[in-house]
This record gives sequence, structure tokens and C-alpha cells, in this order.
Amino acid sequence: MDSNLTSRRIGLLCLLLVSFLTFGFFLLILPYLVSSYILSIVTIILYFAYVGQAWNLAMGFSGQLSLGHALYIGLGAYTAAALYVHFGIPPLIGLFLSMAISAAAAALIVFLAAHHNVHDVYFALLTIAFAEFTRLFFSHFEWVSGTSGLFLPLSSSDSFDLINLRGSTTMFYYIILTLVIIALSIIYFLMTRRAGYYLLAVREDPLVAQSLGISAFRYKMLSMTLSAAMTSVGGVFLAFYYNTLFPENLFGIHRSVEIILAPIIGGIGTFIGPVIGALALGFLGELMTVIAEFISPNTAGIKEIAYAIILFTVIKFLPGGLWPWISRKTNIFTSKCSK
Amino acid sequence: MPDLALTIDIAISGILTGFVYALMALGLSVIFGVIRVVNFAHGEMMVLAMFASVFLFTYTGLDPLFSIPFVTCIFFAAGYALQRYLIDSFMEREEHEQFILLLAVGMLITNGLLIVFGPEARGINTDYSFDSYVIGPVILEKTKLISSGAASLLSLLLFTFFRFTSTGTAIRACADNPLGAAVVGLNVKRLYGLAFGIGTACVGAAGCLMSLLFDVTPNLGPQLTLLSFTIVIIGGMGNMTGALLGGLLIGLSESLAGLFTSPSMKSMFSFALLIFILVFRPKGLLGK
Amino acid sequence: MNGLTVNNLSLFYGDAQALDDVSIHVNPGEIVSIIGANGAGKTSLIRTIAGMLQPASGSIRLAEKDITGLPSFTICNLGIAQVAEGRQIFPSLTVLENLRMGALIPRARRTSRETLERIFELYPLLLKRSYQKAGSLSGGEQQMLAIGRCLMGYPELIMFDEPSLGLAPAIIDEVFDTICNLNKQGLSILLVEQNVVTSLKLADRAYVLENGRIVLSGNSDQILHDDRVKKAYIGL
Repeated sequence: MDSNLTSRRIGLLCLLLVSFLTFGFFLLILPYLVSSYILSIVTIILYFAYVGQAWNLAMGFSGQLSLGHALYIGLGAYTAAALYVHFGIPPLIGLFLSMAISAAAAALIVFLAAHHNVHDVYFALLTIAFAEFTRLFFSHFEWVSGTSGLFLPLSSSDSFDLINLRGSTTMFYYIILTLVIIALSIIYFLMTRRAGYYLLAVREDPLVAQSLGISAFRYKMLSMTLSAAMTSVGGVFLAFYYNTLFPENLFGIHRSVEIILAPIIGGIGTFIGPVIGALALGFLGELMTVIAEFISPNTAGIKEIAYAIILFTVIKFLPGGLWPWISRKTNIFTSKCSK
Repeated sequence: MPDLALTIDIAISGILTGFVYALMALGLSVIFGVIRVVNFAHGEMMVLAMFASVFLFTYTGLDPLFSIPFVTCIFFAAGYALQRYLIDSFMEREEHEQFILLLAVGMLITNGLLIVFGPEARGINTDYSFDSYVIGPVILEKTKLISSGAASLLSLLLFTFFRFTSTGTAIRACADNPLGAAVVGLNVKRLYGLAFGIGTACVGAAGCLMSLLFDVTPNLGPQLTLLSFTIVIIGGMGNMTGALLGGLLIGLSESLAGLFTSPSMKSMFSFALLIFILVFRPKGLLGK
Repeated sequence: MNGLTVNNLSLFYGDAQALDDVSIHVNPGEIVSIIGANGAGKTSLIRTIAGMLQPASGSIRLAEKDITGLPSFTICNLGIAQVAEGRQIFPSLTVLENLRMGALIPRARRTSRETLERIFELYPLLLKRSYQKAGSLSGGEQQMLAIGRCLMGYPELIMFDEPSLGLAPAIIDEVFDTICNLNKQGLSILLVEQNVVTSLKLADRAYVLENGRIVLSGNSDQILHDDRVKKAYIGL
């Protein structure tokens, strides 16, 4: 009976591995299989998975609820774009300054929060306040054209200029796919290393962690700055993908909300949750849009309604998120993988 | 440098707007103070009330002052139901799950309005919209006087209710010590429902009054949520007097910031103030 | 006057069992004491009877009426009141407001004015402090307020949960005198106390609760002289 169960599990794991490899291969050749419209949807899904995983690092692994991650998107986007537009510095180099500036902003917030004991709701509000303050600042920042927006010079759509991030959807698809893989590797690396366990301990009980000699502050700082740096790369991606930068669009609170959707729906603090969440969001969002287009040509708000309904359903009925629920149901990983 | 009369004008008009802000923020303060739930859909509810008022005015010609009773009653009932049937099951959950629930509620409201009314700004022009009174060098707009008068009256009513009625006192008792309230046989869940209903009723009334002052778009929600939080945190979370003073202060500072810098920069000062208060005076200006 | 009967009550917090097959009864006009160590389940028992916790199994009856699982405000309105552990007053309300809160249940509303006068006679200090915030009272004064607030509910049975905890000896005596007097006026008392000797001397009958189970019951004299009780709780 027992060995039967084990062999079933091995079988399932093999199946999982095979499907995983097939899926990987499929992702690799995707641009040659589907239309550019579908590819752009998958690109956005992957973007959600990427920034969701970045946010997950701060929330899921050290319990810091940031509702102002748009700050890092915006800082990252504007830094790389301004360097490119004004000085011709390629974004591949500029993005390091983006990461540094975002990490510094995150460090300031974590430092202020830690030294003045700002936590829970107040911490969340502090992060929103910083994002909104910076949004208004950039709206009046003439060097980057304020509210009239910063525009990147367009390129021919079939180029593949990685250094300057000028190219087709296919190029951006491969970039974001690489970013997701890097993000997953970072999370995996952290989850299996001491630092990762420390982060989890800090999330579960900061006081106990402290008494065990783990400096909660150090690990919160580490996870938030890393999260901010990763998010800012997402910002650089957005800027060069869309070629336009508006403060309202990049720093706005809807941007922060959109970042947290995938990990919450997929499962906060899990390895694969944000990816699953992004898939669910992308799929249902597009489905709703398609259905709505049959009814009325005006579909503004439909996708967000779909997001809100998914969010509501998950938070009400599957509070841990989709991934812990799936892994419980399929029983592939007994207790190891989900949080 | 703007002249003195104009400055005084703008300052008074800012304070008058502040009364409406205060009523909105009082709603948030009551909900947080009693139930300890942070209403992340507060601004969206406000936008809903503003739309209700605009809708009633456009299609029935009802003056926003007279739509207050309708909108307030409906908002009270909706808030009560929301607490009893939805938020109550989240009381024992983690804080971030409560936020997210209310965030989802807010998203539903915003995008529902977007679908129904579209993204255009809508406003109300009553036949007294452009009337004003001149007192010496100072000019007072009639709509601002009316809406601030109504808002302060309603705030006073709210204070009276909490101070002098037994239901109001019972709600304060729940806020103070929910276990103690259960011990003496108060129906805590019902009182929580009432508190949430009162909070949303404040928003309903404030929304009607606000529709006299500003145009409304569906996307205004998050800004109003943040504005309410700023006001409530400046006064101290859950502190009703603080919320009132915070509203007036923000009304004043916004209008003066709009005068001395550019109007679009006025909120920057509010956010700077919010950051400052969160970091250096987390209990608010009135907190101990 | 109604007696309270608890039959085979079990209670869980998640997986942890707090009460295991507990049966007790309180006859009208009786003082019944429950003794036991910290974490034995005394507070859980009181809160389950009061309707604040839902038992997994078992029944609670008031006279012939089954009151198991009824909400706490209904149970209060049936005349079962409690003076909770840690007093649980409303610190930012005034003393008078605190007392008024005790009389909001329907059974108490009609008589609340007379009851208030009676309580002020019993504790003149509360009258003197009636417009002061309850949080500014001393521990002993807060205990008086908690008892007063409980009496405002016009109860027939009062459950006292550790009424002497954290109080000065002189005030403890006063609290026990009050309990005795209330009993003489016809109220039934269920008394949970750390102060084993005093509470056994006061009580008619007693139960010993250990790890959520009743391990011993009987007349308080018997319990007081039981060797195990002496060894475990009295330290003789």
C-alpha cells in the first residue's frame, strides 16, 4: 500500500517533469507559433509574474506589506529612459543605476520604518505615500517632461538591439522570459539557503527571530532592497516596451495594486505562486475582455472587474492562494513546497 | 506674492472644503476606531456617493442637499450588510487579507462606475452654483458655505450620537474592549455592523456635499482614499476630534499650497505631511 | 430561580482540547467553587457557559431550557452574568457609562435606575467617581466597577473569574464579602479562584478541574480536607 503510494508519487513527479520540459520548450519557440497579439498577452503575463515574484520577496519572505511598489517601477523606468534620451546611455547600462536608485529608496523606507517603529497598516501607508509623493514630484520634474510625458525614439519593429532595448515584441518576450527565470532562480536560491530561512523566520515572528540572534532589520532591509532592485528592472522593461513614460501611469497606485495581484492570487510566499497567479489573471482577464467585446465595444474596466472578482474569490475561499490549494489537492508535495 | 485679501479668501474657502473632507474622514475613523478594519475602499465609496448625487441631480433635478437622506440611508444599509455578511468573516484573518478584500471591493466600484458612466468628469450646476457673498474684502462662495454648513451639522450630529445615546455609547464600548462588551451582553457583531454602516453613511453624506464642490470621475477613488487616510492619520487613527481637525488642516494647507505653488502640486504637501506624521508622530498630532 | 446544569461539555481550540467531558451543576442560591491550576480550563468553562465559545459537544441547561450554543447576549439576558478575568471594563468610558452598559440587555432596562441607586449605595466610591474615566481607577476600584456593572444586568447567577487576581489583601476581603452578601440576597454564584482556601470556605460545593477534566467534586469541606487537594493546591 505504502510503496504503491510512493510509486504513484514518483509517477506523478515524472509526469510533472516531462510536462515541465515540454512547457519550457513550448515557451522557447512560442514566438514562432502564435500571433504577435497573443505574444504580447503572454509577455504581459510574464511581466506580472516577474514583478509579482519581486514583490513576493518582500511580502512573502519577510512580511513587509508594500502597497507602493510602483515607486520602484517608476524610478527604474525614468532613470534608464532619461539616461537614454538625454545622454544616449544604453538601458543595459542604465538599468544598474535604476536598480541602485530604487534600492536606495527602498533602504530609506525600511530604515525610517524600522527606526520609528512604523509597521502593519502604517507601513503600507508609508509605502503608498512615498510612491504618490514621487509621482507628483515627477509630474513637476521638467527634465523628464513632467505630466506631458517622456517619449523614447521608436525603432524599426524587426530590429533586435539588446543593448539599447530597441526591438520587436519577440525580443521583449525573450527578455521578460529570462527575467522570470532569473527571479525564480533568486527565490529558489534564497529558499534553500540560510538567508531564506532567516527571512521566513522574520516573517513568521520578528520577535522570536530577534531573540534567536537573527537581525530582523538586516533581513528586512536585504529583502526589500533586493525586491526594489528587481522591480525597477521591471520598470525599465515597461518603459522600453511601451516607449512612453507618464508619471501617472508608472507611479500611480493602480500600478502598485497590479503588482500585488499575481502573488496574492497564486500564493504569497510560495515559489511558483506568482507565476500561477499571473497565468490565471492573464487568462481570465483576456477571456472577460473577449466576452465583453461581443456585448459592447467599450471594454474599459472589464478586465479590472475580472481581476477584482478573482481577487475576491481567492481571498474569500482560498486565503493561501491558488498554488497551496492546487498542491494540497494534487498532493504532489506533502508539506515542503507551499508555505 | 498674492495679495492678502486673496490669501484670506483662499484660506477660508480651504477651511470650508475641509469640513466636507472631515466628514468623509470621520467615516474612516469610526470604522477603524471601532472595528479595527482599514477601509481601503473608502475613496471609492465616496466616488460612488458623488455619482449617486450627480445622477439624482441630472435625472430628477434633486438638489444634492436633498439627496443626502436617500444616499445616506442606502449607504448605511449597504455598509451594515457589508460588515455583517462579508467583513465579519475576515475579522480573525490577517490584516493584509482584510486590505485586499476591501481593495477588491474598491476595484469593483471604480470599474463598475467606469463601465456604466464612462471616464468623463461629471459635475453639478445648481442655480446657486455661481452665487457668492461679499463681506468686506472677502468673497464667500455660496456652495462652499452650504456644503460646509451641512457637513459641520452632520459631524455635530455624529458626535452627539456617540456621546449621548446608549447605542452610541455601546459602540464606543465595543471599540474600547470587545471582550468586555460581550461580557455585559452587548451584541458586538450587530454593533460592528452599525459602526460600519455609520462610517459609510458619513461617506454617503460627504459624497453628496462634495459633488457640489468638485467634478467626479470614476478614477478619483484612490486619491480620495489616500486623502481620507492622510486626514485620519494626522488626527490620530480612531480619534474623531482628530479627524475633524485633520480635515480642516488639510483643506487649509491644500488651498494655500495651491495658491503659493501650482494647483497640481497641492497634494504633494499632503503626502509629505503624511510621511512626516507616519514617521515622527504615528499617533497623530493629537495623540499622546 | 433556576439551576444551571452542564453536561459532558467538550471544547477545542483548533486541535487542542480545553474541556473534556465536563459536567457540573449550580443549584439556585448556591455558591459553587471551581479550583484548578492555570490553564486547567476554568476560564474556558465560564466563557463556554456565557456563550462566548462554542462547545464541540455536551449541553448547558438553565432549569429545563437548553441554552447550548446561544449567543452571549441572549445568555446574559437569561440572567447568567459574569465578572470576567481581568475585569474587562471600558477604560475610556466614564464610570457611569460603564455601569449603563451593563443594563442594556432587555431584562435589565426597566429596573436600571433602581439598580444604579443600589450599586451606588453598595459602592459610594463609584458615585463619587461617576464622571471619571474608568481607566483612571485603581485595580480595586475597577473590580468594584466590574461587579457593579455585572449587577446592572439584573442577574440570577454570577460567574466570577479570578476576582481577587492582582488586588491588595484588604480589597480581596471586601470582594469576598460582596460575593457572600450577594449570595445571601439569593443570587447563585459560580466562583473560579486561585485563592483556594478562601473560596472553599465560602462555597457550598466545589469541583477540581485538571487539564480540562473534573477530577474531584463534592462538598467544599470534603474537598478542603482531601489529601490530594491539600498537596496540590494548598501546599500542606
